Amino acid sequence: MSTHSTSSPLKMYFAVFFALLVGTGLTVFAATLDLGRYNAAVALGIATVKATLVALFFMHVWHASEKLTKLVVIAALFFLLLLLGLTMSDYATRLWS
Amino acid sequence: MQNNANSTTVVHDRHGEAHAAYNPALLHHFAEPQQQRDAASLGMWVFLATEVMFFGGLFCAYLVYRRWYFPDFAAASKSINMWLGATNTAVLICSSLTVVLAVWAAQTARRTLLIGSLALTMLLGLVFLGIKADEYYDKFEEHHVPGASFSFENVPVPGHPGQLANPRHAQIFFSLYFVMTGLHALHMIVGLGIFTWLLTMAWKGRFTPEWHTPVEIGGLYWHFVDIVWIYLFPLLYLIDRHP
Repeated sequence: MSTHSTSSPLKMYFAVFFALLVGTGLTVFAATLDLGRYNAAVALGIATVKATLVALFFMHVWHASEKLTKLVVIAALFFLLLLLGLTMSDYATRLWS
Repeated sequence: MQNNANSTTVVHDRHGEAHAAYNPALLHHFAEPQQQRDAASLGMWVFLATEVMFFGGLFCAYLVYRRWYFPDFAAASKSINMWLGATNTAVLICSSLTVVLAVWAAQTARRTLLIGSLALTMLLGLVFLGIKADEYYDKFEEHHVPGASFSFENVPVPGHPGQLANPRHAQIFFSLYFVMTGLHALHMIVGLGIFTWLLTMAWKGRFTPEWHTPVEIGGLYWHFVDIVWIYLFPLLYLIDRHP
């Protein structure tokens, strides 16, 4: 579990850190482009990549967590998607007539 | 009778063994330090799962209203200072880096780095709250705070020069803006409290490579608050920014 060598994680932490900063710059840049309906998708896509990086590497879900922790993470995301997915599929289809 | 006496002796022996191998960092009801660490970590993750649902409800409300009143949301979003939000995103990312450095320092018994990283994390948290306060101040000055003195007249909808935003719909955007960023800021303040305690413990030299669970799970909380902001920034500040 936490039996990695002590020098390797630092390199990984800084790589993730720079990726997060680049992602932030990219989000701001993408927002100034006219991508029509894809603006929101691009912004949420970048945010999801950034959040995943934080969870996997800074919060150690990838390397140093047990299966039970992974299960809790997946369950939380599943119920969040259920909440957002079912609500939005309702509102998105209400005005059909 | 003999049996009873024997079993008592065995129990006493086990207890004696447990005390012989007494580890001050290991609580009595855990078998080994790893189990204790995993239990604490799992507890924090379960708490974070409830936080996902807590913020999830607000994100859901945001998505519903954004779909309904998109032009008004875009106009209201454009009135917020995007650069303050972007700076705050960078500040939080830096603070997440200092948190992983603190955890690493605790794992490898680097006391100065641990104390420095914890203090820097708190400083960055305070910078974030300061910038946030400046942003709120602007919103109060502009009468963009929902309530009796709210005003959002004659603001054009981005991309539609002839169309003006509906103030009532814009007010819903600002309600969500203040509730979501306010709840996030409250989490930052709680985080600062947790880190004050971690800093005190680190100063007293309480954390060792064998036991530094509070640094780890306090760090998990801080990273979660960072993740919430990673979503809040594009959703609130960047709805429609192209010229």
